[in-house]
Amino acid sequence: MHDIPYLKERAKETRLNILEIAFKAQGPSHPGPALSCADIVTALYYRIMNIDPKNPAWADRDRLILSKGHACPVIYAALAQRGYFPMEWLKDVRRVGGNLQGHPDMNKTPGVDMTAGSLGNGLSAGLGMAYYLKDQAKNSQVFVILGDGELQEGNVWEAAITAPALKLDNLIAIVDYNHFQSTGATDDIVPIEPIVDKWRAFNWNVIEINGHSMEEVVSALERGVAFRGRPTVVVAHTVKGKGVSFMEHNNDWHQKIPTEAEYAQARKEITEGI
Amino acid sequence: MGVVYDSYSTRDAFGKSLLEMAKENPQIYAVSADTTKSMGYEPMRREFPNRVINVGISEQNMALTAAGIASCGGKAFCATYAPFAAMRMLEQVRSFIAYPNLDVKVISGLGGLSGNVEGTTHQGLEDVSIMRCIPGIVVVVPADSCSTEEITRVITRHNGPVYLRVGRGEVPKVFDSYKFEIGKANPIKTEGADIAFICNGAAVHRVLQADKLLAEKGISAQIIEMPCVKPIDEDAILAAARTAKRIVAVEENNIVGGLGGAVAEVLSSLLPTPLLRLGIADCYTESGPHAELMDKYGLDPIEIASRTENFFSHHKSV
Repeated sequence: MHDIPYLKERAKETRLNILEIAFKAQGPSHPGPALSCADIVTALYYRIMNIDPKNPAWADRDRLILSKGHACPVIYAALAQRGYFPMEWLKDVRRVGGNLQGHPDMNKTPGVDMTAGSLGNGLSAGLGMAYYLKDQAKNSQVFVILGDGELQEGNVWEAAITAPALKLDNLIAIVDYNHFQSTGATDDIVPIEPIVDKWRAFNWNVIEINGHSMEEVVSALERGVAFRGRPTVVVAHTVKGKGVSFMEHNNDWHQKIPTEAEYAQARKEITEGI
Repeated sequence: MGVVYDSYSTRDAFGKSLLEMAKENPQIYAVSADTTKSMGYEPMRREFPNRVINVGISEQNMALTAAGIASCGGKAFCATYAPFAAMRMLEQVRSFIAYPNLDVKVISGLGGLSGNVEGTTHQGLEDVSIMRCIPGIVVVVPADSCSTEEITRVITRHNGPVYLRVGRGEVPKVFDSYKFEIGKANPIKTEGADIAFICNGAAVHRVLQADKLLAEKGISAQIIEMPCVKPIDEDAILAAARTAKRIVAVEENNIVGGLGGAVAEVLSSLLPTPLLRLGIADCYTESGPHAELMDKYGLDPIEIASRTENFFSHHKSV
């Protein structure tokens, strides 16, 4: 099992790959929302999830749905690093004929467990996975990463009210609470607070953490996996653009291509740690 | 005109075959949006309660739950009334079932005017048109209970997304036995030099009645049942166009974009042929008994016959 210092190093690599995609992809990708969940995704792929990169279709594996699918550079980075496909593919994100689509495609990209991108849909799909896997007597866990802005989608709450009724304790939702959505601050558009109370009221096991503390991320996910009787949601407080000074808290980087100078600066900051 | 009704509805026929298939295949799961009883899942629920999941009144949630099950290797059904199956959860069907080519069967109830007394909100007037433009999905509209049983077996064995439209009450019996192949037409009456009817669903029985009226006037018609609207049997349409030279499409759906639309696409591209599209004439409907609504909204056998007769007269010289 990988230790925390190792995971922190891997998270740097995840971030560097996100930047590479942002710089090289066809048109603008979404670096800001990918960076905010980079620590969470790294922990999942390197420690928490029971997966086999050599056998992406392994029936007993754990599943991950990136319901905030626009942040897919983060999973492309992790999947490439784990060897699901060659690192060179990262240069072809969003390109015609490429295997790495603008939003996750389960048939084109090895390791992607569910097509995603249209917001609000992932948690219900995760619910179906969790029900089926449990009923088929598999020990698989299902993780679903949601954006905070995404919680404005009504379908999230259809799934939220249903999963505890079905006692799906193998379902773990993670809210990447980076406080921004496409056009501005979530608080200025439709605030999602009180978020912890909302999930509690829907009868979920709620764990609130700093989503950039690898110790807290790992601990929360492990507690979520161990929890029985109800689904768990990890409310992860994060920073949009985390790891790059000029991207942090700056929603311009929701979807944008860095210049060569910005790319170099960002790489330096992540490598050295800001 | 004497009409013999099936002893049970197409949704009950679906439920009967679903149970049969669920016994054969332990990977079959049926998801309901509080539609377990109203969509024919009850026999399966009694026998396999774990494999019938009620997610409550949440159709999008239901469609996605089915997608999640299928993504892990299950064969998933989801079922609700046609307006909800085709419209409320349309994006889920398109982006999370059909686009990833998942093995999900969307069962759509209260198809056509069979939503009867519930009124327009509960009637499937446009669902066939809507579903037909989703790439990769199979769209099937059975005519009666006997055919629904066999069609259910065939689409269940098919690995991929399917939209199956069923009705609510008992419908007139059309078939004593039935064979179904995805993408294939079912010729009911092959002799007929003047007109070829291409029809499906509850409209088939109406066409059979209209055909008798036309025969009395000396107009001979072929009758082709087209249960599978997508993929559509182009060869059957072209063969009918070559031999009858005039086509009448009849369906319990908006005449825009449904079966008639599909036939029009084939004919206009490959063999331009006069075509009359009968069905619900691009309008909203109302509450009432199913048969009365069919009479009022374009599917009265007398009206089908008279409009066909006029069409024939107008295009007699082709």
